[in-house]
Amino acid sequence: MIPEIGHFALILALCVAVVQGSLPIYGAAVGNSALMSVAKPAARGQFLLVLLAFCCLGYAFAAKDFSVLYVAATSNSQLPLHYRLAAIWGAHEGSLLLWVFILTIWMVAVSFLSAHLPEAMRARILGVMGLVSMGFLLFMLTVSNPFERLIPAAFDGRDLNPLLQDPGMVIHPPMLYMGYVGFSVAFAFAIAALFGGTLDAAWARWSRPWTTVAWCFLTIGVAMGSGWAYYELGWGGWWFWDPVENASFMPWLAGTALIHSLAVTDKRGSFKAWSVLLAILAFSLSLLGTFLVRSGVLTSVHAFATDPKRGLFILVFLAVVTGGSLMLYAWRAPRVGLGGGFSIISREGMLLANNVLLVAALGSVLLGTLYPLFLDALDLGKISVGPPYFDTVFVPLMTPAIFLMGIGPLAQWKKASLPELAMRLRWAFGVSVTTALVLPIVLGHWSPLVSLGLLLAIWIATTIATDLRERLAHTDGNSLFGRLASMPRSYWGMVVAHFGLALFITGVTMVKGFEVEQDVRMNVGQTATLGGYTFRFDGTQQYKGPNYIAARGTIHVSQDGHDVTVMYPEKRRYTVQNQTMTEAAISPGLLRDLYVSLGEPLDDGAWSVRLYHKPFIDWIWGGCLVMAMGGVLAISDRRYRLAWRRKDVEVPATTQMARQTVS
Amino acid sequence: MNRFLIPLGIFVVVVVFLGIGLTLNPRELPSPLVGKPAPEFSLPQLHDQQKVLSTNDLKGQVWLLNFWASWCGGCKTEHPVLIQLAQSGVVPIYGMDYKDRREEALAWLKEWGNPYPIVAVDESGRAGINYGVYGVPETYVIDKAGVIRYKQIGPLREDILQTKILPLIRELQNQ
Repeated sequence: MIPEIGHFALILALCVAVVQGSLPIYGAAVGNSALMSVAKPAARGQFLLVLLAFCCLGYAFAAKDFSVLYVAATSNSQLPLHYRLAAIWGAHEGSLLLWVFILTIWMVAVSFLSAHLPEAMRARILGVMGLVSMGFLLFMLTVSNPFERLIPAAFDGRDLNPLLQDPGMVIHPPMLYMGYVGFSVAFAFAIAALFGGTLDAAWARWSRPWTTVAWCFLTIGVAMGSGWAYYELGWGGWWFWDPVENASFMPWLAGTALIHSLAVTDKRGSFKAWSVLLAILAFSLSLLGTFLVRSGVLTSVHAFATDPKRGLFILVFLAVVTGGSLMLYAWRAPRVGLGGGFSIISREGMLLANNVLLVAALGSVLLGTLYPLFLDALDLGKISVGPPYFDTVFVPLMTPAIFLMGIGPLAQWKKASLPELAMRLRWAFGVSVTTALVLPIVLGHWSPLVSLGLLLAIWIATTIATDLRERLAHTDGNSLFGRLASMPRSYWGMVVAHFGLALFITGVTMVKGFEVEQDVRMNVGQTATLGGYTFRFDGTQQYKGPNYIAARGTIHVSQDGHDVTVMYPEKRRYTVQNQTMTEAAISPGLLRDLYVSLGEPLDDGAWSVRLYHKPFIDWIWGGCLVMAMGGVLAISDRRYRLAWRRKDVEVPATTQMARQTVS
Repeated sequence: MNRFLIPLGIFVVVVVFLGIGLTLNPRELPSPLVGKPAPEFSLPQLHDQQKVLSTNDLKGQVWLLNFWASWCGGCKTEHPVLIQLAQSGVVPIYGMDYKDRREEALAWLKEWGNPYPIVAVDESGRAGINYGVYGVPETYVIDKAGVIRYKQIGPLREDILQTKILPLIRELQNQ
């Protein structure tokens, strides 16, 4: 009964989405205020309906209702409750429901936080979001219904993929989807503005906080996915340039470009058409990501159940959404105008160059991801593009981008002077180059890439320091702290996010340059030494988890005769799916991770054991976290708080319409 | 030419390729080993550890080599197809138990049925490396001269068997 209620709620949500996607947009076109006002209640109603469906599915999992096909396929009676609930998004149908659920959350957020927008704008935004959610609800109800019954019911479920039975997997998909789907807001803003013909600085100002929030979630989501791969896949890698990883990374690149381009549109009125295009791009890439994961056109470690029918649906949906938006863009954008002019050496110029580089990097990732598919489609053979391609293409594109990132914040708007900039940055440049050259030698191993990586990281840090010092000199106030605090939070957001990138680059550089690993056969009591640490293998013990049996190894780690830690790597066998999983043991640290995973059992209780010493690896994710914190700081800026506080001062609809035609 | 149409143009090209991609199967990878002599092995048998199965014993006939393991989910998917093929007696399927535990492999065959006349044990995965195994299950068609003629990555399906493998086997057997 409960699953049928969920199913019915989805059908009702689809009906509401149809209404929400049509009446308000039509109302905005003809200036009918009554039709426009449908948008808000429709968005909220849709949210409640999808919430109900979500709860119904959650209940089916909690109650172990194996007469629901999806529940039987992705859970098991022995699976602990928290993983049963996380199994809601453990496979295709449920993750779509999560997708739509998050979309409705964003809709509700827009409906509550849009009081300062003209009514027509809000109606169009919610209308566009309604259309997007209509597509996904249709998709679910036609080819991937999570509430489909299994009659007769299964005696027990097939269990959740053991790879996904992990706390990281519980939070990673919702975070990632918050980011993916969050770009639908920026997208809806852009489309609404194209519809209305009001692409102005106000549009950019409204879009910015939404874009930044989505970007923060996506940053954390991608970082968590990478962290999960690191500790769960058991061989210490953190990024594989796998199609599905790329699918999450491409919207991130587009979103990053969008944040910067919107800043220019907001402050200077330039880049309007470009910002709109990036907003369309960011969301389209989210949809493309969904397509790549769901359709099985590319092989990937993320082996979701794939089905050509589903692939076709998403492809058609992608074609309609993106094709339609780009057509609208081609029709409306020529009238938008160019905004204020600027010389090449100016903050705009550098942001533009940065944007172009980011989009070029995005293009190269897209090309690398789709290239095997292109060749295959042209019957030129099957190939796979691996990390070598991405590393070769990505580093040269990001290097100038990061170099500009250091200069940009110091340059003036409109026109800056190159000699003057060089003068101001000479210390930063000197310190970066010297440190980058000398530091690797001090660390014991010089290589061009390590030097380059450190150069970029230190360049970011030193240019930030230069900028801060100059700004402090121009700020009035008594105490240093008071002067620092008087700078706007949006500025601090930028500084923190950029600094996060410096941390990230440091992590990547140090891991790539200095990690050591060893694959050893270890008898009980035997020791191995790696990176100054001594590992002693004390054998394994069998133990039984809720739905698996495991061999747990004990490894004592010591350094210079002092005990450092005891590590317990495991080899688990999940009984239902009969899958073996390697649970690595990690001893994290600020400056290094020790990473131990069990290979294969050998005779006499000996095991093959993999030992890794990974310097600075946690800086990779720490850097991402700091980047996201920068985003949070930026949206807590005073002017957004003011904008939301002002919402009770609503302007009557008629004057809004009038103002709109004027602008 | 309206430059604002360029993004749309690029997008259309991408969609066309994605559409074609949907009709293709990325798992059909060509193997560099197709057309080359099958790598030799001589490995202990699963049911009788004292005996070995060697590629030399199999010369002069067309045979299938199927890499499988008791821990592999795809192997269970293709299992009915293998059983049916074995019962038809068209071609012998030799099994290669890949990185597995002996007792579990034996239990697995006991429970689900044994399509193989002989199963060799590749405990270290050495034979798998020589054959370029991406992941189990994988199936190789090997001709009378000991040359690999076809490689199937992933579970063997009824339609692939009927359209590709069986016609190939008949052709090879008539040579």
